[in-house]
Amino acid sequence: MRNHRETNNTIVKIENAIVSYREDVALRDVSLEVKRGEFLGIIGPNGAGKTTLITLINGLGKLVQGHVWVLGHGISKGSVNGIRKRVGYVAQLQNIDPRMPISVHEVVMVGRYGQLGLFRRPNKSDRDIVDRMLELVGMSHLAKRPIGHLSGGEQQRVAIARALAQEPEMLLLDEPTASLDWRAQRELLELIKEIHEAQNLTTIFVTHDLNALPQICDRVVLMKEGKIWQQGIPEQMLKQDILSQLYDAPISIQEHEGRQIFLKAG
Amino acid sequence: MSIFGYQFMQNAILAAFLGGVACATVGVFVVLMGISFIGVCLSHAAFAGALLGVLLGFNPLLGAFLFSLGTAAIIGPLASRGELNLDTSIGVLFSLMLGLAFIFMGLMSGPKTEMLGLLWGSILTVTRTDLILLGIVTSAVVALVVLFYKEIQAVIFNREIALAVGIPASLILYGILFLTGSTITVSLSPIGGLLIFSLIINPAAAAYQLTYSLKKMFLLSAIFGVVSGWIGLLASYLFNVPSGAAIIVTSSLIFGLAALFSPKRKVKRWRVRDEPSRVL
Repeated sequence: MRNHRETNNTIVKIENAIVSYREDVALRDVSLEVKRGEFLGIIGPNGAGKTTLITLINGLGKLVQGHVWVLGHGISKGSVNGIRKRVGYVAQLQNIDPRMPISVHEVVMVGRYGQLGLFRRPNKSDRDIVDRMLELVGMSHLAKRPIGHLSGGEQQRVAIARALAQEPEMLLLDEPTASLDWRAQRELLELIKEIHEAQNLTTIFVTHDLNALPQICDRVVLMKEGKIWQQGIPEQMLKQDILSQLYDAPISIQEHEGRQIFLKAG
Repeated sequence: MSIFGYQFMQNAILAAFLGGVACATVGVFVVLMGISFIGVCLSHAAFAGALLGVLLGFNPLLGAFLFSLGTAAIIGPLASRGELNLDTSIGVLFSLMLGLAFIFMGLMSGPKTEMLGLLWGSILTVTRTDLILLGIVTSAVVALVVLFYKEIQAVIFNREIALAVGIPASLILYGILFLTGSTITVSLSPIGGLLIFSLIINPAAAAYQLTYSLKKMFLLSAIFGVVSGWIGLLASYLFNVPSGAAIIVTSSLIFGLAALFSPKRKVKRWRVRDEPSRVL
């Protein structure tokens, strides 16, 4: 469907965005372009505006000034639902009531609901898509379980399956590995990488935790105090002095089995 | 049995059926979204509206409708604009409605006992109009839940996710609140403001104990609602106790039994046996 020629196309364009909540300015004059097929990492300390920036892309965040184009459309009241159907969104682990009467399969099916629109019920092809996505994230065996019975890592896999069930062109991941244990975190990052490559997606990954940043990032955006402070390829950005300035704390980098491990020094 | 021989008993049985289905269906939203206070809030809004009707000389039922639906329509936007919890928004409006009700009562001259009847209701003196209105609203509630089942399911599960996949989640939420308001208003005179609260919460809470399927929860809740009404009526007839109170006690008993035998309490043991590798 999406051929290789398109990989240079701009899929997201944010121009001079200002967002403010009450008295706080969350984003100060931020501009960003994302190319189709790119894997973009956004890092920075808490409160830097990372989440605000990606919620602008699916219209959950409210713009005070500036412009946002996604998939060729300006974000407006009329276009936002259409855009949301084409953008998968995974937030950090939520507290789900363990008694919530919704099964894993039904949760993933929610991803189809936007596409289906009002008054239409899921048919066999929707169920097939859901089965396929559950298979992809390795959760088929838990399909009939109540969602609240799953562990955090399993719930995040289901959330990814739900986002993929939308058959999206873009995946927004907001701290998807936060509050997962190290093994679940590693496995989830591996899965995200596989999916990005296999599904030819554009992926934007937000994290405050440098060690949760996937290694396949094409570009890293460093955010601080509501602004894009620096951006570039990971090799240039993920350096001791830059990161120490970004987090206002001395950070040291160590190599371990081919991976960079970021530690707070001192 | 002679109990079915009386016209008022036939009406009461029908009212218990319709009110039981509507309240118990709405109750599923209320219980799953954690907004149990909405029952008290909207019934007091309806109460204030009815008082205003009496005060200004228009139909109290119309006043009740306007106030209850108006309040239901404000709860959602107030919560989203003010960035409040739904429950906080409900609490603020509840106190306002209670205040207004007392002001209207203070302005009224003459006896107010007739008005207090709205709080208690009387299922044994249901009028034809009550039954028709109850029938219309109950059918609308059931039809809309069937029609928008998948959107309602998504919104109950998580509103932000529902929005993010492209469902008009705010509209669905406001619709849910509006249905709750309509149900409470038409149940006010037959069932009573205080009884509505228990008929909304208890059957849905009992169903919640018993199933992991939302469809079954709707079904069980409606069955419990109707059965509470009928057993309560029968008890009231046999033992000569107030019908409203008998219905409340029956629905509470059903909840108690459901909680006692809830399979959800066995969750932990099942998980440990099923997946020993995950126990740390």
